[in-house]
Amino acid sequence: MSIFEYAPAPESRAVVDIASSYGLFIDGEFGDAADGAVLKTLNPATEEVLTEVAVGGESDVDRAVRAARRAHDKVWGPMPGSERAKYLFRIARLLAERSREFAVLETLDNGKPIRESRDVDVPTAAAHFFYYAGWADKLEHAGLGRDPRPHGVAAQVIPWNFPLLMLAWKVAPALAAGNTVVLKPAETTPLSALLFADLLRQAELPPGVVNIVTGARETGSFLVNHPDVDKIAFTGSTPVGKRIAREVAGSRKSLTLELGGKAANIIFDDAPVDQAIEGIVNGIFFNQGQVCCAGSRLLVQESVAQEVVERLKARLSTLRVGDPMDKNTDVGAVNSAQQLERITRITDTGAVEGATRWSAPCELPDRGYWFAPTVFTDVSTAHTIAREEIFGPVLSVLTFRTPAEAVAKANNTPYGLSAGIWTEKGSRILWMADQLRAGVVWANTFNRFDPTSPFGGYKESGYGREGGRHGLAAYLQEGAL
Amino acid sequence: MTIRLFVGTMPRMTHSATDARTASGPAAGEGSTGTVALHHTAGTQASGAEIVAQAHHLTGQATLDDAGLARYLRGLPGVDKVGADGRAQMLGTRSIKTSAKAWALDATVRMIDLTTLEGADTPGKVASLAAKAKNPDPNDPDCPRVAAVCVYGDLVPHATAALEGTGIHVAAVATAFPSGRASREVRLLDTREAVAAGADEIDMVIDRGAFLSGRFSAVFEDILAVREACGTGPDRAHLKVILETGELATYDNVRRASWLAMLAGADFIKTSTGKVAPAATLPVTIVMLEAVRDFHRATGVHIGVKPAGGIATAKDAMKYLVAVNETVGEDWLNPDLFRFGASSLLNDVLMQRHKLRTGVYSGPDYISVG
Repeated sequence: MSIFEYAPAPESRAVVDIASSYGLFIDGEFGDAADGAVLKTLNPATEEVLTEVAVGGESDVDRAVRAARRAHDKVWGPMPGSERAKYLFRIARLLAERSREFAVLETLDNGKPIRESRDVDVPTAAAHFFYYAGWADKLEHAGLGRDPRPHGVAAQVIPWNFPLLMLAWKVAPALAAGNTVVLKPAETTPLSALLFADLLRQAELPPGVVNIVTGARETGSFLVNHPDVDKIAFTGSTPVGKRIAREVAGSRKSLTLELGGKAANIIFDDAPVDQAIEGIVNGIFFNQGQVCCAGSRLLVQESVAQEVVERLKARLSTLRVGDPMDKNTDVGAVNSAQQLERITRITDTGAVEGATRWSAPCELPDRGYWFAPTVFTDVSTAHTIAREEIFGPVLSVLTFRTPAEAVAKANNTPYGLSAGIWTEKGSRILWMADQLRAGVVWANTFNRFDPTSPFGGYKESGYGREGGRHGLAAYLQEGAL
Repeated sequence: MTIRLFVGTMPRMTHSATDARTASGPAAGEGSTGTVALHHTAGTQASGAEIVAQAHHLTGQATLDDAGLARYLRGLPGVDKVGADGRAQMLGTRSIKTSAKAWALDATVRMIDLTTLEGADTPGKVASLAAKAKNPDPNDPDCPRVAAVCVYGDLVPHATAALEGTGIHVAAVATAFPSGRASREVRLLDTREAVAAGADEIDMVIDRGAFLSGRFSAVFEDILAVREACGTGPDRAHLKVILETGELATYDNVRRASWLAMLAGADFIKTSTGKVAPAATLPVTIVMLEAVRDFHRATGVHIGVKPAGGIATAKDAMKYLVAVNETVGEDWLNPDLFRFGASSLLNDVLMQRHKLRTGVYSGPDYISVG
């Protein structure tokens, strides 16, 4: 035991009231699913049941899409951009004001550390609304023609890793552009979206502009296949993304996909080593590695590989794994039993295929879904752990000798979402960024998100961009030039 | 450029004091009010010649002239400012409560170099400071003592007289503090006089002009000479080298100056004089802690770190303790290896201690001034 052992510093749960059940949010009202179906949502850190939420069926989805269509045709579509902006600014301010409530609820439902939900998820979500609020009355300056028009009704399906932030990435640009929304939160993390529905009522957003239909995979399928949906935005796994692309093929629906990744975080021998170590940690252990753009493949120049790995292990030994509600926790719980099973299964192939496994020394709680931060060395590009997206706190370390080899290895993946470069040499950063087939390339940082910056993938990581001016293109049809 | 990390690649010198500390030295939780324990444990007892030999060895340079030192110092890994600031900010979010807070407050008291460095200082003020150093909270006999009292050289006799036998160190700022703008002879004389008057810790300043213009050997030789002026043997005065990071412009320079000072035999590296803004900052201190950590990896020697100036609240001090804990580890969480140079910090810590013990915030009226 350390002489300076941090005493427990739990965030208070009392700031948020969780109701015993939640309905679907359609046309400004909460109501049960037509068939009364519900699912339970758990706290993954304790396996405690938090509440029940409705499971939207086909008729519920239809009702939501009709409400969105009405709101688009009668209220939101005709409304001047400057008026839409006022609502968006109001939503942003309310998110900031109620940030503690959202952070606590997000952590309870998702398992991520309160430090992350408090310092990253919620403030960045509010920032997205602030950013796109500013665009609402300036759409003719977005480079999409003189009079770009919204698509109409946007169907949005979001993942469980950043429930509120992904909601903000989707809802903010859609509303700014004049679309109305039917949003399907992830099965295991519906609560922050439902609290957001409450916030929308507080903001007096007209009914039907945003509808939230909770449920499981089938609910999402009803939504994307609804004939009156104009635009689909999906963030999630590559297999589901491919399925959606097949389903909407040949229809008039416009589609953007933000899918999986297997990002390379590339460390050169002249890197600022202490910050690079932090960047590696942030790259793969932020949000328990459950990040589509996670830096899950560490590529280290061979001359410093041993040093970097030793320093990394020393640093990982200081990570604080445990109760996500404790303000000093760095690594929280994996989101679900299913995800833990997947992480465990893929990780187990690592040692079998010949890589060397090391896990940070940490005591994991008895209940809940936990996985110790893990590093594999002696990894080859042929290993499963170097190819498949694990979506967990597992890092594969590979080495390279030349910049060209780093590029070849980094690009040797069906994915292409993000990459990181660590070097003090500016010209090398530019050359590398030019060669890497990745939608986002970070230089001397990693997992940095800003609403002004477009985000999205190459290859099987999807298409379309979210964030920045580019993010508007997904929600607008080009007008006359 | 190449990264030189030296993990486990350098032969270790013999450092009996360091080994003794690791084996049986007082843990931070003990000995706080002891009356002896004056031996310093940071740094080594190496002679000047041994220090130079070690510097040759560590740098791999045949000559320690400006060019040789520049080749080494500029080959150190860079510091990315955005990343370093971000790390400091993250560590600043640690929430230190109840038992951890109680420990941290007491540890802070034990690590304070209670300082007065004003032109208007008087023997009376030094006596009052010494009394406070011995007994910071007259209402609480359990309150630990501070590490040292830090004064200008001419006031050392007064501090020494007041603190004799208490185990509290007497630190003197020397070498034409705070600017260092005097000939080497004058700076060495300043040091020798303070040591002769009983100072057992010397806080010297580096010649920032020389450092910034690339005259690294001048800085190296200055430090080595001041170290020699501090005496020899286990009772020699302990040398803290002030980098004045507020004048060094970049974190890269902070790292280089840290290494230069350690190569030249510093026992402690210290951020600031307190006379230049910005004084100590958390990211700068973290960069210095990382340098100390890497020096330890390369040599096995523990060098101390002292942020000074601008740390005025218990809350700030706790952020520094968190940074120590999470960068160099708990070995450094004791007054032999970590100090705060501060004048007003103690008062806030005392108020917070009182609040934690009694649940009541007494306010500054209950804390002695000065």
